[in-house]
Amino acid sequence: MGSFEPILTRNVGVPNSEHIAVYLKRGGYTALRKALKMPPDELTAIVKDSGLRGRGGAGFPAGLKWGFMPKEPVTKYVCVNTDEGEPGTFKDRLLVEHDPHSIVEGVIIASYAVGAHRAFVYIRGEFFLGVKRWIKAIEEAYAHGFLGKDILDSGFDLDLSVHRGAGAYICGEETALINSLEGKRGEPRMKPPYPAQIGLWNEPTLVHNVETLANVPHIVNNGADWYRSIGTERSTGPKLFCVSGHVRRPGNYEVPLGTPLRTIIEEHAGGMRGDRPLKAVIPGGASTPMLTPEHLDIPMDFESLVEVGSMLGTGAVVVIEEGTCMVEVARRLMDFFAHESCGQCTPCRMGTRRLKEVLTRIVKGKGKPDDLDLLETISAGIFGHTLCPMGDAAVNPVLSSLKHFRDEYEHHIQYKRCKEA
Amino acid sequence: MATDAYVLDPAKRSRLLTALYIAQEQEGYLTPEALKRVAERLDVPEAEVYSTASFYTLFRTEPVGQYVIQVCTGLSCYLVGGAERLVDYLEQKLGVKPGETTPDGLFTLQTVQCLASCGTAPAMRVNDELYENLTAEKVDVLIDQLKVRAERWAALNRS
Ligand SMILES: Cc1cc2nc3c(=O)[nH]c(=O)nc-3n(C[C@H](O)[C@H](O)[C@H](O)COP(=O)(O)O)c2cc1C
Ligand code: SF4
Ligand code: FES
Repeated sequence: MGSFEPILTRNVGVPNSEHIAVYLKRGGYTALRKALKMPPDELTAIVKDSGLRGRGGAGFPAGLKWGFMPKEPVTKYVCVNTDEGEPGTFKDRLLVEHDPHSIVEGVIIASYAVGAHRAFVYIRGEFFLGVKRWIKAIEEAYAHGFLGKDILDSGFDLDLSVHRGAGAYICGEETALINSLEGKRGEPRMKPPYPAQIGLWNEPTLVHNVETLANVPHIVNNGADWYRSIGTERSTGPKLFCVSGHVRRPGNYEVPLGTPLRTIIEEHAGGMRGDRPLKAVIPGGASTPMLTPEHLDIPMDFESLVEVGSMLGTGAVVVIEEGTCMVEVARRLMDFFAHESCGQCTPCRMGTRRLKEVLTRIVKGKGKPDDLDLLETISAGIFGHTLCPMGDAAVNPVLSSLKHFRDEYEHHIQYKRCKEA
Repeated sequence: MATDAYVLDPAKRSRLLTALYIAQEQEGYLTPEALKRVAERLDVPEAEVYSTASFYTLFRTEPVGQYVIQVCTGLSCYLVGGAERLVDYLEQKLGVKPGETTPDGLFTLQTVQCLASCGTAPAMRVNDELYENLTAEKVDVLIDQLKVRAERWAALNRS
């Protein structure tokens, strides 16, 4: 720590950072000039070499995904996923509101690399300022010749437009996003085929998260070796961690991947907000299994979190202090999943509702002795039996809280009230 | 399975969400007439327009108040002690439960999931505006401002 200079958030806090003049003055669009002089394949090779992995939750290698796009000059699309809705996550909103041009530059470079001439921004309907910032940034980019026909005399054409979602978390899932862009119900499609094969209007489509794309100009400017020098061997580069809950200074903190959880919570977020010690941490958003204080020294990277049975997810760190009812935490998260299930698969639609019912009953002191078995049985019925990963995600809060805080559940059922109250 | 319109003109169908937003702006909600108009303009069957609109929570097929207040009840807002207190406070202040509209037609109270403002919790939206780090005092000031604004609009419309 200390020596790390922010990369993705370098412009956040600079007055008028959303304007193209400020972005240009701070070195913006130099990567685009450089990229347009390179063969597209070389760009894909650099991104592959950099080790950049998707920041939208799954951590899939970006360069590999670019490589999956067909080489032939067929119609292809690129989509920028700005649907950010995973509870605890607020990093993409920060980038869009404060540094939209870094993402515009990233999407132009990505489109050039995969040979797409049409790109779409899909933004969450609730992000009103975000919509305005996106539209303004795109207008400015057109006015400067970074978008449109024959970009910077390169012969490369690209059009970019903004499409507003309308309140459905599931539209962040890439195939649901594609359906929504097509003007349909935002229901996930079966995979495979993957979007790189059959995506928007059945054409090959590259979907990336905002934060992933924001990394691209820096990789082009500074090279793959430089990028790989940040982070760990297999989790390279900087990452935004959104810290919320019971900490002194909630907020977004950009650090190299692999930074210990303890450093993020104690040094960046200022530690616990009061006298109560740490009880649990959700390391990567609502979909990721919770951890306990014994995990504080784990490096925050893709592999280390899987090793302890969780996931890096979106990097949304929710910090929970002693005195918090963990059954209520699980119930609240289940309320989210039950509300946001698109309803296509019965196990997810019915299972999340049932889990919410049982959790609510336990919280209210009306739990039955075999409710814990029931929670596990319902979870097993969902896990691995759904079309999209949301089904699996939904059972994580229940199973992980049961694993770490089973005594609390039992106390609730036996004494009909909360141990923590 | 795909409708004819989709096969014939995918771009037209893709304008559906935008069209629904515009249609909703007229009356504050999607009237049956508005849905029908959208269906005709985009060559999409009415049933499918309705089915699509009903999928998205920001589209409404019932009237709402002039100001729609959406309070986040997500985990991070709950943890900092905001969510519940904020909903309770607004329920008392406005005299309505979540999902209801005040008799004067000014405010509709709703609860919503995470607004991506967890670092500045508790948070809520009023129409398209986001409000963060909320306290009872801030809510009081805001509600008063909205009432004044509504009165001025009403006066302007009368004159
Ligand atoms: C239920 C669900 C919700 C998702 N929501 C988002 C989201 O809001 N934003 C996002 O970028 N990716 C989201 N994803 C991941 C996308 O499906 C996709 O993997 C991602 O946009 C790819 O971009 P990346 O490789 O740059 O991460 C979601 C996935 C699932 C299963
Ligand atoms: S798992 Fe849930 S959210 Fe995903 S497609 Fe099935 S019902 Fe929809
Ligand atoms: S939980 Fe309220 S804004 Fe995220």
